[in-house]
Amino acid sequence: MIKYEKFELQNGLKVIFHQDKSTPIACINILYNVGARDENPEQTGFAHLFEHLMFGGSINIPNYDEPLQRVGGENNAFTTNDITNYYLTLPSENLETGFWLESDRMLSLAFSDKSLEVQRSVVIEEFKQRYLNQPYGDVWLLMRPMIYKVHPYQWDTIGKEISHIENAKMEDVKNFFKKFYCPNNAIMVVAGNVALEEVKKLSEKWFGPIPKGPDNKRNLPVEPEQTEARSLMVERDVPADAIYMAYHMCSRFDKEYYATDLISDILSRGNSSRMHNALIKDKKMFSDLQAYVMGDFDKGLFVVSGKLSKGVTMGEAEQGIIEELEKIKTQLVTIDELQKVKNKMESSHVFGEIEVLNKATNLAVSELLGNANMVNEEVGEYLSVTAEQIKEQANIIFRKENCSTLYYSAKK
Amino acid sequence: MAIDRKVSPAFKTVEKIEIIRATEKQLRNKIPVYSINAGTQELIKVEFLFAAGMFYQQKPLQAASVNTMLEEGTTKMSAAEIADAVDYYGAFLEVGVSQDNASVVLYTLNKHLRSTLSVVEDVIKNATFPEEELHTHLTNKKQKFYVNNQKVANVARKRFTELLFGEKHPYGINVKESDFELINVGNLKSFYKSFYRSDNCKIVLAGKIDEDVFSLLDEHFGGNDWSPESAIKTNKIEIITNPQREQLIYKDDALQSAIRIGKVMFNKTHPDFQSLQILNTIFGGYFGSRLMSNIREDKGYTYGIGSGIASLQHSGYFFISTEVGVDVCKNAVNEIYFEMDRLRTEIIPEDELQLVKNYLLGTFLRSVDGPFAMAERFKGILEYGLSYDYFDKYIATIKGISASQLRELAITYFEKESMIELVVGKK
Repeated sequence: MIKYEKFELQNGLKVIFHQDKSTPIACINILYNVGARDENPEQTGFAHLFEHLMFGGSINIPNYDEPLQRVGGENNAFTTNDITNYYLTLPSENLETGFWLESDRMLSLAFSDKSLEVQRSVVIEEFKQRYLNQPYGDVWLLMRPMIYKVHPYQWDTIGKEISHIENAKMEDVKNFFKKFYCPNNAIMVVAGNVALEEVKKLSEKWFGPIPKGPDNKRNLPVEPEQTEARSLMVERDVPADAIYMAYHMCSRFDKEYYATDLISDILSRGNSSRMHNALIKDKKMFSDLQAYVMGDFDKGLFVVSGKLSKGVTMGEAEQGIIEELEKIKTQLVTIDELQKVKNKMESSHVFGEIEVLNKATNLAVSELLGNANMVNEEVGEYLSVTAEQIKEQANIIFRKENCSTLYYSAKK
Repeated sequence: MAIDRKVSPAFKTVEKIEIIRATEKQLRNKIPVYSINAGTQELIKVEFLFAAGMFYQQKPLQAASVNTMLEEGTTKMSAAEIADAVDYYGAFLEVGVSQDNASVVLYTLNKHLRSTLSVVEDVIKNATFPEEELHTHLTNKKQKFYVNNQKVANVARKRFTELLFGEKHPYGINVKESDFELINVGNLKSFYKSFYRSDNCKIVLAGKIDEDVFSLLDEHFGGNDWSPESAIKTNKIEIITNPQREQLIYKDDALQSAIRIGKVMFNKTHPDFQSLQILNTIFGGYFGSRLMSNIREDKGYTYGIGSGIASLQHSGYFFISTEVGVDVCKNAVNEIYFEMDRLRTEIIPEDELQLVKNYLLGTFLRSVDGPFAMAERFKGILEYGLSYDYFDKYIATIKGISASQLRELAITYFEKESMIELVVGKK
C-alpha cells in the first residue's frame, strides 16, 4: 500500500507526496503530459530531442547536471509516445536543490544554439546506435506506419527519419516549450523521508511563481478500426527470420486492459507459459518468442514477436502462433493457470514497491491516467479478472483482420 | 518573497552512511549464510553463490550452459514442472554466471518460501541435463550468438578481453561457432559435480529474515549429501596481452564504429583500486565526466561514452567504451587520448574534484539503499574476502584524496602506450 498526499498549486501544477521513512534518498519525478503522439507529422522525434535539450541549461542555471551531482544527486529521463518523464534522486537533506533545478527549467530554458546543435548530433547518433546499426533495429520504424494510418502512433519516439531531427529549428524548440512545458501540463511526485509541510513549502516557493501556460486540449485523430489483415515483407542482413504480429487492443485506461495484460502473461510470461512450452520447447519453432502489451495511453497494441528456428518457414511460424491464440479464444483458462498469472502479478507488485523512485514514477503515471490511487487498486483489478473475460478479450483482439504482420527475413 | 534563482540552495555533503551489516551463521555442513535483515515488506531474496564461473571451465560455454540447464530438469521434476512450481507461487528463479561466479537466486514472498525452496533444492542438487533440453538450449543460444555477432558493440567487447588476457586465458576466451559442438551432457555433468557442491557454496539472504528462514535453509541445504570427496582443481594460466597495440576489425556496412581502449589492471584488493575508481569517475565514470563532456556534450560524436575498472577474482582491467559515427571515429579516438593525457599533465581543478567527491558519496548512499542493494554491495566484498572496513576506507579515500595524488595515479596508469586500442567498424 503506497500512501500519498495530493495538492495543486494555483498555476495548475499537481503535486503528489509519498513519505518513505526507510530510505535516506529522496526523489522528484516530473511527468510532462507530452509525448511523440503530440508532434507535428513533419517534425517527428521532437519530444525526444526536446528531452535532451532539457539538460542543456535553463534560464538561470547554465548547467543542469553539475549542481545536482555536486549535492550527490543523479538524474535521467525518458520519452514515450505518450509522455516525457524526468526523475532525480539525491540525499534527502539536499532535496531543495532538486526543486531549484526542476523549477528553473520549467520556468524557462536557456535555449542555447550550441546545445541544440550538439544534441541534434547526439540524437542522430542515438538513431544510428539503436535503430540502424543494430540487427532488427528498424522493426518499429517499419511496423508503426503499417499499423497506424492516421493516429500519431504511426511514428516511433526517435522520429520517422533522421532529417526531421536535422531540421529542428530554435523557433520550433521555443514553441514546443511554451506549449507543453508549463506547470498545468505537469505532475510532480516527491518521495522520500521528508515531511509534507516541507514539500508544500518548497513547492510553493520554487514552482508557485511559474506562470500558468495554455490549456492543451489533445485532439488526436482516432485510428479507424482495421478491417483487413495487413502485412509487410522485408529482407535484411540478419542471421534469422523473425515475425512480428501486432493486434489493436484497448488503451491503458480501459477496464479491459487488465484481462488483456493477463493474456500476454498466460501466453509468454516465464518458462511455464503456453508459448514457451508449445512453440519453443515442444515444436521447436522459435528460438525466442514474446507476447506483450504496449501499455499505450490511446488505443494500443498486443504484440507477438519471435525469431524462427532454422528450417521453419514463415507460414509455419505464423500458423504456430495463431494456433495458440485460437486456443485461448475457444477454451477457458483453467483456475490454476489463471491463479498462477495473478500470483505473479501480485508478487511483482510487492517487489516493485522496494524502490522509492519506482513508486514515484508509478504514482505520476497513475495520476495522469486519472487516479493516483491506481497504484494501490490495480492489483485488485487484476485479481478480479475472470476466465470468461480472458476468453472474451481474446476473441475481440485476435482476429485476422485486426492484425498487422511483419515478415522480417534473413538475406540468404 | 522574491527568490534568487541564480544561487543554489544550501546543501550538505553526505556525512553518515548507515549500512546494515550482514550477520553470518553456518548451516550444519558449514555453508556460510549471510543475512541482511532489512526492508519493510514480506519478501526475501535467497542467493546461492558458487565459485563456478567461466574462470573454472574446461571449454567455452561449459559454465554458462551448466548454470542455465539447472532449471531444465532434475531427477524429480521436468523443466515444465519446475517452471510451473516456481511461477505458481509468484516467485522468480534466476540463474546467472559471470567470469568468477555462478548463482541461483530465488525471489519470493515470505509466505511462499517453504513451497519454493524445495524446488530450488532440487534444481541445485539433482539437475540431470536432459539431452533433448540441452539440444534446444544450444540451438537457441547459437542463434542468439549469430545475432550478437552482428552488433559492433558485442564484437568489440568480446575481442577486447581476448586482446587483453590472451586467447588461452579464461578471462580472454570467447565463444566461437565450433564451440557449440563440444558441449554435451557428459561434460556438463562433470562440471556440475565438481563445482555445485556444499563446500563451494555461500548463501546471501536479503529482506525479511527470521529463525524460520534459517531452519528451512538448514533443512534443505544443511546436509552432507551434496559434497563429493574430491578436491576442486583449478587451472592457472598466464595472462598474455596481445603485443599489437592498435587493432581494427573492419565492417564495411557499419554506420557506427565501436571503440574499446584499455589495459589489464588489478582487482579490489590492490591498494590503488579505490583511488583509481575516483580518477576513473572524473575521466569517464559519470554523466559529467571529461569523456562525456568533451565527446558527447561538446562534440556530439556519440550517444554515450564511458570508462570503468572491472574487478575480477584473479585480475582486473580498465576500459573505455563507446560507439561513434564512422566519420568521426578517428577524432573520437584522439579526443580520448587527449583527455587521458590532460589528467597526467594538468591538476584537476578543486571545484571539479569537490563535485566528484560529493557525487561519489551520494552514489554510495544510493547503492546501499534497501535490502537488495545492500546485499549487492556486500557480495562485492565477500567475493574478495574483504570486510566492511573496505567501505569505511572507500569513504575516507573519497574525502581525503587530493588533486596531485590523482595526477600521480594518472601518470602511473593512464599512459597511452600501455593501452590496447580496438575499433570495430571503420576508422
